[in-house]
Amino acid sequence: MSDGETPADFIETRSDVARFAAERPLRLDSGAEIRGLEVAYNTYGRLNAERSNAVLVCHALSMDQHAASRNPLTGKPGWWDHVLGPGRPIDTDRFFVICSNVLGGCSGTTGPASIDPATGQPYGLTFPVVTVADMVRAQALLLDALGIDKLFAVVGGSMGGMQVLQWAADYPERLFSAVCIAAAPRHSAQNIAFHEVGRQAIMADPDWRAGDYARQGARPDKGLIVARMAAHITYLSEAALQRKFGRELQRDGLSWGFDADFQVESYLRHQGAVFVDRFDANSYLYITRALDYFDLAISHGGALAAAFRRARDVRFCVFSFTSDWLYPTSESRQIVRALNAAGARASFVEIETDKGHDAFLLDEPVLHAALRGFIGSAADARGVA
Amino acid sequence: MSVREDFREILRLVRPGSRVLDVGCGEGELLELLAREKGVEGRGLEISSAGVSACLARGLAVVQGDADDDLDYFPARGFDYAVLSQTLPQVRQPRHVLSELLRIGERAIVSLPNFGHWRVRFDLLSQGRMPLTHSLPTPWWETPNIHLCTLRDFTQLCDHLGLRIEACAALANGKPARPIDPTRASENWRAESALFLLSRADAPPHGEGATKADLFG
Repeated sequence: MSDGETPADFIETRSDVARFAAERPLRLDSGAEIRGLEVAYNTYGRLNAERSNAVLVCHALSMDQHAASRNPLTGKPGWWDHVLGPGRPIDTDRFFVICSNVLGGCSGTTGPASIDPATGQPYGLTFPVVTVADMVRAQALLLDALGIDKLFAVVGGSMGGMQVLQWAADYPERLFSAVCIAAAPRHSAQNIAFHEVGRQAIMADPDWRAGDYARQGARPDKGLIVARMAAHITYLSEAALQRKFGRELQRDGLSWGFDADFQVESYLRHQGAVFVDRFDANSYLYITRALDYFDLAISHGGALAAAFRRARDVRFCVFSFTSDWLYPTSESRQIVRALNAAGARASFVEIETDKGHDAFLLDEPVLHAALRGFIGSAADARGVA
Repeated sequence: MSVREDFREILRLVRPGSRVLDVGCGEGELLELLAREKGVEGRGLEISSAGVSACLARGLAVVQGDADDDLDYFPARGFDYAVLSQTLPQVRQPRHVLSELLRIGERAIVSLPNFGHWRVRFDLLSQGRMPLTHSLPTPWWETPNIHLCTLRDFTQLCDHLGLRIEACAALANGKPARPIDPTRASENWRAESALFLLSRADAPPHGEGATKADLFG
């Protein structure tokens, strides 16, 4: 391995798009349909002869299908490089990993930036509102197309964790095990509030053009940057921000103006600026909406345990982080208690870290060791060689 | 292979193929032993993330949490046995935890050090200091035990909670377990620590014709 290369550069990787005929539309929770659905996905490793080693990785709000391989747009390593790969906690020499871009996303799967086959124009705001359950439906269609009846595991953090819970509620018979990291069984008022700030920032940008910017040749970058900056604060902890930046200045002395004097300002501006290069503003509206609508208990008569009643045979592992205030440990505990009440086989670990919500994306040795233990022993039980 | 004496007793006690919740399961030694030797379907509750991680690597299903707060969320009669090994004096609400164990499990298996043991009484009497013994090895300022009790205290609490003592064995360091009647004053002097099999007094006794000999013989 030479400089700049990562183990991910040596994984057997395939990028593809699954296209579904217009006669087989995707029916959505809202009652609307999507015709000519496309699902962009990557696979890593090889499906075994028994088709028993497939792991579906569900990505978070601002991620994409490039979980273990370089993002072709940014050239950066996969967002879950620490976890996926040869010899990693989810070992691509042993498992066949699938990661698809979510419905409503902007990395190849049908979303508001896609062309509406009915009009030949980008959907924009004519794209129907989608839910986490709709995202999971699209993933299930992809698995059908790949000829995979049952997943060895479905794994995800943050919004990916919510998809994992939705999988357990809707398709428990298609799961052997499930890993839900730093997620929640529903969006709280605070979660919705932060998302609303982000959406309002986008919609307040004159270049948003009531969602029709793609056709009018504009880009609401300023709004999307502010949305990303606000959201990014929620992914970190106060302690992590303090440790990383404190009150450190960019240059010697203050500017006595509104330049980015403080390193933390410059960091957030940078996070916003690089985000708009790879993300679509309308996708951001749709995906945050899907998260706000997420409430697994409400869709099961108000009892979260009822959502897991059919998932008793699935091996669950739930992780939370002590400093995550976006989806705090108390939310994961609710999931675990509901799993216990439903009689499911649940494990739960709260990981001590000051890195906040984003800890699931970072090098967290305790998470990786526990994940390796859970996945490895589950694979032994499933008989995956 | 050396197996802790109380684990050996629990292993003898538990019926093959039953469902067991181990409260304070540590790194999962007991659950693994029960799964291997008795085909038990086990679950664990453990306070430390390092303990839970070790359990995950063993393929066990374990939830991080503590007995005081998290037992409330387990469904009633979800288990044949709820095990609490040498942990009861460490919880904030022993009375609540004990009744929760018997809500969740048909039977509870509880082991605890006996503060009425003669050496404890003698040390306190002769030296006027908190005793240090095999079953109470840590000084007062670092012991996790906050609710120590004697055999008599414990059997009285069982009485108050309407619990039946189906069997009891005295445990001593390195010696085989000895079936005892824990309500006898002499055992309150002799037993260094004790293991109880408990059920609700209103429930039928442990199986047909179950005897202490069946459990500890």
